[in-house]
Amino acid sequence: MLEMRGITKRFPGVLANDHVSFDVRAGEVHTLLGENGAGKSTLMKILFGLYRADEGEILFNGKPLQISSPSAAIAAGIGMIHQHFMLVPILTVTENVALGLSSSGLRPDLADVEDRVRALADEYGLQVDPRAEVWQLAVGERQRVEILKALYREARLLVLDEPTAVLTPQEVDDFFVTLRKLAEDGRGLIFISHKLHEVLALSDRITVLRDGRVTGHTTPAETSRQQLAEMMVGRPVKLAPDKPEVEFGEARLTIHDLSVRGDRDHTAVDGVSFEVRAGEILGIAGVSGNGQRELAEAVAGLRPPDQGSIRLDGVEVAGASPREIRAAGLAYVPEERMRDGAIGAFTVSENLMLLDHDSPAYSRRGWLDLGSLNERAEQLVERFAVKTPSVHTATRSLSGGNIQKVILAREITSGPAVLLAAQPTRGVDIGAAEYIHHQLVEQRGAGTAIVVISEDLDEVLALADRVAVMFEGRIVGVADRADCTPEGLGLLMAGG
Amino acid sequence: MNHRLSGLLIPAAAVVAALLIGALMILALGANPVDGYRELFIGAFGSGDALADTAVRAMPLLLVGVGICVAFRAKVINIGGEGQIIAGALVSTVTVLVVPGLPSLILIPLVLVAGMIGGGFWGAIPGALKAYLSVNEILSTIMLNIVAVQIMNYLLRDPLIDPEEIERGTRIPQTERLSENADLPILLDGTRLHLGVVVAVMAAVVAWAFLWRTTIGFKVRAVGQNPAAAGYAGMPVKRMTLLALTYSGAMCGLAGAVLVFGSQSHRLITDGSSAGFTGSAGFNGIVAALFGGLHPLWTIPSSFLFGGLLVGANAMQRAIQIPSALAVGLNGLVVVFVVSSNRIRDRMRQRSELAAAARALARREAEDEQHTDDIGGKVVA
Repeated sequence: MLEMRGITKRFPGVLANDHVSFDVRAGEVHTLLGENGAGKSTLMKILFGLYRADEGEILFNGKPLQISSPSAAIAAGIGMIHQHFMLVPILTVTENVALGLSSSGLRPDLADVEDRVRALADEYGLQVDPRAEVWQLAVGERQRVEILKALYREARLLVLDEPTAVLTPQEVDDFFVTLRKLAEDGRGLIFISHKLHEVLALSDRITVLRDGRVTGHTTPAETSRQQLAEMMVGRPVKLAPDKPEVEFGEARLTIHDLSVRGDRDHTAVDGVSFEVRAGEILGIAGVSGNGQRELAEAVAGLRPPDQGSIRLDGVEVAGASPREIRAAGLAYVPEERMRDGAIGAFTVSENLMLLDHDSPAYSRRGWLDLGSLNERAEQLVERFAVKTPSVHTATRSLSGGNIQKVILAREITSGPAVLLAAQPTRGVDIGAAEYIHHQLVEQRGAGTAIVVISEDLDEVLALADRVAVMFEGRIVGVADRADCTPEGLGLLMAGG
Repeated sequence: MNHRLSGLLIPAAAVVAALLIGALMILALGANPVDGYRELFIGAFGSGDALADTAVRAMPLLLVGVGICVAFRAKVINIGGEGQIIAGALVSTVTVLVVPGLPSLILIPLVLVAGMIGGGFWGAIPGALKAYLSVNEILSTIMLNIVAVQIMNYLLRDPLIDPEEIERGTRIPQTERLSENADLPILLDGTRLHLGVVVAVMAAVVAWAFLWRTTIGFKVRAVGQNPAAAGYAGMPVKRMTLLALTYSGAMCGLAGAVLVFGSQSHRLITDGSSAGFTGSAGFNGIVAALFGGLHPLWTIPSSFLFGGLLVGANAMQRAIQIPSALAVGLNGLVVVFVVSSNRIRDRMRQRSELAAAARALARREAEDEQHTDDIGGKVVA
């Protein structure tokens, strides 16, 4: 039903789409797979009328399609479910669906809209109360509203941009049932994701993009996670790092009965206790928003705990300043890397010296020793394979993965007792993620106690020696890696 | 475009655009803009005397501008230059009144330091309010300007007034002729060029070294760019905010001291307003700093240019009989164009940064490609 032929789009200095051809048949789920910057979003923005292609043509139901704006795309029967929802929180579900519809009177007839929303919801298993106000809804429900909006507008082609990022594994299963049903009714679905097992579970066909070009068309039957990853990256990759056996040592991080309040003054972390030993990686799994961020910030000294104790190598640091906690041996790779981890306008070299620019090795009587600081930066860039034109490049112009490598390099180089990494590979391309995982395992071998907080269950399972699951501020289960299954962890993550 | 080049071209274009609009204004006033601008240029840069006057006029702009650069690097907006200039002038004046007999070699450095202490203190007040009580520094610095003027007016009308003014009953609010030992030496005989100009240029170089070569300057910049990341890295965010405003105030205070001891009357005089003493340097210095891209070294030529505009505008006014308000208007126009061009320049810089990074990476990837060709080929096939 959709055919995009030879789509080319240039931005200054970058070829975002290079003669990309791709088609979607009625009744199928076609996945677009690719790293950040591979050109998926650009292609979809062209389809939705947000960008105009420099070359190429789009055929929709056999006819050439000229789309100049999102409203034209919607009118043509194309619906887009954005990663960030486009809903008005204070309006009801029905009102959100009705928003932007043309109506004859001053007020659209909401009763009609509501009936239709109910019918659609029942038909496709998109359970949501049409009279609820959107702010009351959970993330998964909001997503259903977005889909209902598109269905109400009779979208025949649905574009779903990373729709599973906000869902628990169980919700994902239900969600996929809905998507299959939507396809069976003759719609075409474009599914954008980088979670390889989901792609294999859901898709009929898969198109892989890399650097703006199509690097392959395939189907789940003919391929594997490994192969898909290699098509995305363009070289062999290791999806799970090799983890040598190590003897765990003494506990280096001991947390006892820790409670922390969140931004809305609610109890975000509620009586959490755990310990991590030298040479051990503890993975903390959970859907984000269950207290992981507050836990990490409390350990790092950015958020004062209400009660409880945090010991680093036996030293009590609960409530201490970030500086004191660092001195006690903590390294921290924060979740919001551009907010807390790096200074975008600073050069790579400057970001690498944020922590130790005033140590005697790199300064004399308050003067920076730029020679040795830059030399060390060159070495770290080399050792951590940071792709950057030079150490004097502004950090914000690097990719997410390379910025993360800069942060990791800076944190690890001090040889920390405990390394706390929150969402270490979120939004990071596969190659960089592979490298970051490798570095974490190396650091484990050096006797550091490591905590990896991640929403990505695959990541937790690949890295962790022990897995803890957080739900509503508590640790609802801890188990050795060997005893964990994705299904079991998924149940815990959903609070069951 | 090379961003070093665009960094120069865009502000120059802003000045040209401002002058063009100024020309329309001169035409509307019935005068000839070509004559006017020729007089302006000659008045500002046309002779040794003119250049010396321009340099002297640029000096307070440069010192204030240097302070603004330091404050802005810490994301602190210091609108309190006027008050800090006055505070520096008052403290240095009192110092000389207390110890007028010290030899020049000691007294001159002493009054300069006294000026920095006065201005630094006046900057530290809003600095502390911002750092520890989250008081908006724009409001507090403006308010403190008014407070400083009133303190100056009070002191010059009563405790510090020239005793002769009381004897004669004229009661002009000014100090006595201050100790000659504190006069800033003239550098070129026959001109007004004095030591203060050298002090200002040195202050710019010191501020540059402070920001880019010292550990504390590094912290100041880090806090300004991203307080969250700086705080996490263990930097004392609040103290750096306080320090930046104090430093900024100290530079303004230094300007105040130099204005008093480099003046031709060698007194501190008030006409009741702050501009009467400062010549609005506390505000014009902000313009000079913005025009210099908030870089202390680029603020040197930028201040010189604005000093020239101020000096030249007087010459233009005399020659073609237009109101002096036009010069103020011209300055305002330059500000508007410079500030808006700064945004364009930032955007161009960011774009060229990204493009350069993309090109460099493309080159590197092309090199890698040779190793991975076999895999890529297999997959596509």
